[in-house]
Amino acid sequence: MRKVLQRTVAAMALGSIASIAMAQDDGADLVINGEIEIAVRAPAPAHMSDTGIDTILSGWVFRSDETRQLEMDDFDNPAFLAVDQGLEAWNTVEGTEGKSCATCHGDVEESMAGVRAVYPRWNEEAGEVRTLAGQINDCRTNQMGADAYAYDKSDMTAMEALISVQSRGMPVNVAIDGPAADAWAQGQEMYYTRYGQLELSCANCHEQNYGNYIRADHLSQGQINGFPTYRLKNAGLVQTHNRFRGCIRDTRAETFAVGSPEFVALELYVASRGNGLSVEGPSVRP
Amino acid sequence: MTFNRRQALVMSMGAAAAAVLPLRLSAAIEDNIAAFTGGAAIGEGGITLTAPEIAENGNTVPVSVSAPGATAIMILAAGNPTPAVGTFHFGPLAGEQSASTRIRLAGTQDVIAIAQMPDGSFVQASQEVKVTIGGCGG
Amino acid sequence: MADNVTPRIRVPREAAAGEVIEIKTLISHQMESGQRRDGDGNIIPRSIINRFVCEFNGETVVDVTLEPAISTNPYFEFTATVPESGTFTFTWYDDDGSVYTDTKEITVS
Repeated sequence: MRKVLQRTVAAMALGSIASIAMAQDDGADLVINGEIEIAVRAPAPAHMSDTGIDTILSGWVFRSDETRQLEMDDFDNPAFLAVDQGLEAWNTVEGTEGKSCATCHGDVEESMAGVRAVYPRWNEEAGEVRTLAGQINDCRTNQMGADAYAYDKSDMTAMEALISVQSRGMPVNVAIDGPAADAWAQGQEMYYTRYGQLELSCANCHEQNYGNYIRADHLSQGQINGFPTYRLKNAGLVQTHNRFRGCIRDTRAETFAVGSPEFVALELYVASRGNGLSVEGPSVRP
Repeated sequence: MTFNRRQALVMSMGAAAAAVLPLRLSAAIEDNIAAFTGGAAIGEGGITLTAPEIAENGNTVPVSVSAPGATAIMILAAGNPTPAVGTFHFGPLAGEQSASTRIRLAGTQDVIAIAQMPDGSFVQASQEVKVTIGGCGG
Repeated sequence: MADNVTPRIRVPREAAAGEVIEIKTLISHQMESGQRRDGDGNIIPRSIINRFVCEFNGETVVDVTLEPAISTNPYFEFTATVPESGTFTFTWYDDDGSVYTDTKEITVS
């Protein structure tokens, strides 16, 4: 009941803010390497009908020209150093089974095409929603007999970046119904829950105030179609759960752990808010 | 206008600080420049410095320098803990005397580029780059 | 030797004699500035790539002196004129004494 009320209030407030927020979109299009067309704006998916958002926007739209430029060419994009490293890891045999990723999956460009676009998703065998990182570690430990990667460290983000590239330009399309519905609902509830001393929910900034400034930051809609992203601040790849931790920590709350079921649910929900945008990862953000 | 004692004290401390601070910053820059130019006079024109007006993050700021005919171009960041950023020495096979790179800027400051020309003269260009810090982006 | 140092270089494969071509280089390196402190408050010592040289058939194209203010994963874009076919050599010099090199061929018509 309270959620419905919150969202109704938010929608009414957004009615006035939306016109200002839309003025932030300068209509620029993103084409990478002169050939890959990335949809950085799309009609909002049906499940967002009462959020007041008509058009979903990739984080790219909110960035300065110089930052945008860094993403428009794979050579200029420093994230591709990690993609190279991911490719090397893909072909490296590791673990007790004497396999590399390539042993089962062959050429990454063929086997991983379209994969990133549908993650997180329900894994029938495991009986849970899996993120890409979770699935990578599952393959490593169960199929390769190798050690799991630390969930959010550079080995993992390099592999995520490599796999993201294979879906670049394809529309994000995560399932929110069927067996994933419970996790999706949990993620949705978290999105609208206020956390921390500052009592801010994801929606307060990313739904009600995207396009506005919070101190020196230009707020985006909080889409994750561009993750893992090369953050200029870290001069390295940052992963969705890292960012969730950062955001919740910024509200001065105790945050959940990377890889936790809460963050997996939240990632599913946030990914679904981007259904229709192109997979953009690895992107460049400040 | 009369000031009470406290106001007068604060104002004079401020003035004293203002008098001292710029001197300290420019001493380091003066050294860098002197080492590069050997004390020669620096002119203007014939060098272009391209940097963003506002850098979204000070960690990685794209800058470009260009000085047709130059033998070397030095870049300084006036407000960094150490102003030296880098120096490009152009060899005989350089196409144009221009280069781009990405630099770290500790805060809003002037970025200065000085080019050494083959006849021993120097020219410079500078631009203020605003660096935004902080917000909830962390 | 710093870990995982991988260079990426973009040079056109062909060019006309005397043409000005664009070269881009990127190398993964932390470029530890010597300004940061670790969890205990101690300064993390400086460890950067301090020099980058690009040569073509033994002649210098550009020789760059890097200071700690060059960003992590140093990126350079510059131009070269190629009088004839040959090999570009790229060399990065690390504070710790390591040297990283890579080469690219170009055919000149």
